[in-house]
Amino acid sequence: METPFSSAQPGTAPPPAVPLPNEPPSIVARNVNVWYGDKHAIKNVSIDIYRRQVTAFIGPSGCGKSTFLRVLNRMNDIIEGCRVTGKITLDGDDIYDPRLDVVQLRARVGMVFQKPNPFPKSIYDNVAYGPRIHGLTRSKKELDEIVEKSLRRAALWDEVKDRLDEPGTALSGGQQQRLCIARAIAVSPDVILMDEPCSALDPIATAKIEELMDELRQDYTIIIVTHSMQQAARVSQRTAFFHLGDLVEVGSTEQIFTRPQDRRTQDYITGRFG
Amino acid sequence: MADHTVRSFDEALERLRDTLLRLGGIAEKALTEAIAALAKRDADMAAHIVQRDAELDGLCRLAEDQAVKLLALRQPMASDLRLVVGAIRMALDLERVGDYAANIAKRTIVLAQLPPAISVGPIQRMSRIVQEMLKDTLDAFAAHDVEKAQSVWERDEQVDEAYNAVFRSLLTYMMEDPRNITPCAHLLFIAKNVERIGDHATNLAETIRFIELGEEMLKDRPKRDDSPFAIVEPPAGV
Repeated sequence: METPFSSAQPGTAPPPAVPLPNEPPSIVARNVNVWYGDKHAIKNVSIDIYRRQVTAFIGPSGCGKSTFLRVLNRMNDIIEGCRVTGKITLDGDDIYDPRLDVVQLRARVGMVFQKPNPFPKSIYDNVAYGPRIHGLTRSKKELDEIVEKSLRRAALWDEVKDRLDEPGTALSGGQQQRLCIARAIAVSPDVILMDEPCSALDPIATAKIEELMDELRQDYTIIIVTHSMQQAARVSQRTAFFHLGDLVEVGSTEQIFTRPQDRRTQDYITGRFG
Repeated sequence: MADHTVRSFDEALERLRDTLLRLGGIAEKALTEAIAALAKRDADMAAHIVQRDAELDGLCRLAEDQAVKLLALRQPMASDLRLVVGAIRMALDLERVGDYAANIAKRTIVLAQLPPAISVGPIQRMSRIVQEMLKDTLDAFAAHDVEKAQSVWERDEQVDEAYNAVFRSLLTYMMEDPRNITPCAHLLFIAKNVERIGDHATNLAETIRFIELGEEMLKDRPKRDDSPFAIVEPPAGV
C-alpha cells in the first residue's frame, strides 16, 4: 500500500515542498516493514529522502524512528530476530540485495550516534581508520590530507591541529561528537545518519553541531533522529513524523510545524500527547 | 482539542484568549456608545468614551506581553503558534478599533456644540453593519467558527457601499451651504472611521481563519469603495 503522504512514484513530479524539484531522491523506501520477533516495529513505510537536505525523523519514544534510521545502513542486521521487508534503494541500488557488501554500504551511509564513541586511539587515527581499512589512500601524505580535510569539514581542525596524537577520548563531549562526524566523512559517504547526535551535549556544543549540519548538507544527504522538536525545526528542511511504527506525515519542515495535516502530528508537536 | 501535557501551558493560552475577548468586548462597546452619543448629541457620554481608550491600550499591551512570554517560554508550535501570532495581530486591530471609536467620540463633542443641521441617520445605518461585523468576529473567535468569520469578511462590501452613499450626501450638504462645512467635515471623518473599523473587522476575520486553519482567505477581498474617485457637480446657478 502506498501511503498518501509519501512522494510520487519515480517518473512523476516530487511533492511541491521540495526545493530541488529536478533531482531524484537519494534514498527511496517503499513498503518497508520491520519486525523484532513478533513485534511489528515499522509498518509499511514509504518515503523519499532528498540530497542536499536535512531530513528530521521525529516522534515519541518507541515510535520506530531510530529503527527506521538503522534500516537505512543495515545496522539492524546484527540484531537477533530482526526482519526487514520492502524495498530501499540508495541512488537506485537495492541496499538489501544479498550480493551487496554491507561494509561498503556503511562507507556510503555513515552514522553518528547519541553518545560520542571515538575509538580509544589518537585523534589522527580515529579519522584515518576508515580510509585505511577501505584502502582509500596510497601514501601517508594523502592520508594526512584526508585527515586534515575531514577535521576541517567537521569544524574541529583549529582546536586539535596541535595535538593530533592525543587520544580522541580526551576531548570534550562536543569535540568528541565532531570527531565522530569527521570520522564518518573521512570515507566520503553519500549519506550521514545521525541518531540524537546532540542529546549528550550542552547548548553551545549543540549549536556547533547544528551549524555543521547546515554546512554539511551542501554535500551530503543528512537524516537526523531527534527528540527535540525545536532542533528538528531549526536544522531540517523536511520532517517526517512517526507514531507507533507508522509514518504519519512527511512534509516540508515549515509546513509540519505551522500547519500539520494530521491530528496526531498536531497533538505531538504541540505537546498534547497524553 | 485535547489538553496539553503541561497544564500551565493550557492556562497561559486560555489567559491570552481571555485578554483578547475582553479587549474585543471593550472595543465593540466603545463603537456602539460612540455612535449612540453622536445620535443623541451627548458630549458627556462621548467624553467618557475618550477617557476609557487608555484601558484598551493597556489591554492591548497585556495581550502582546502574554504572547511574547508564550513564545519565549513555551516555543508554541502549529495551532498554538498560530494563536499566539494571531493574537498579536488581533490585539493591534482591536486597539485601532478603539482609537477610531475614541476619535468618533471627540468629534461628537465638537458636533454637540454646533446646530443640528445634518442628519446622522445614514452614518448610524452604516455603523450598524459594522457593529454587527465586529460582534460576529468576536463570536467567531470565541466559538472557533471559521464560517462566521468568513461571513464577516464578505460583508465588508456592504460597508463600502454605505460609505460611498454617506460621502456623496455629505458633499452635497457642503455645496448647499458653506455653514455645513464644519459639521460635514467632522461627519466625513466619522464615516471614514466607521469604514476603517469595518476593515479591521475583516482583518480580524482573516486572522481567525489563519488561527483555526493555517490558511489565508481563498479569494481576493471584495472592495466597493469608489469614494476616492467621487466628483459631485455643484448645483446650477451657485
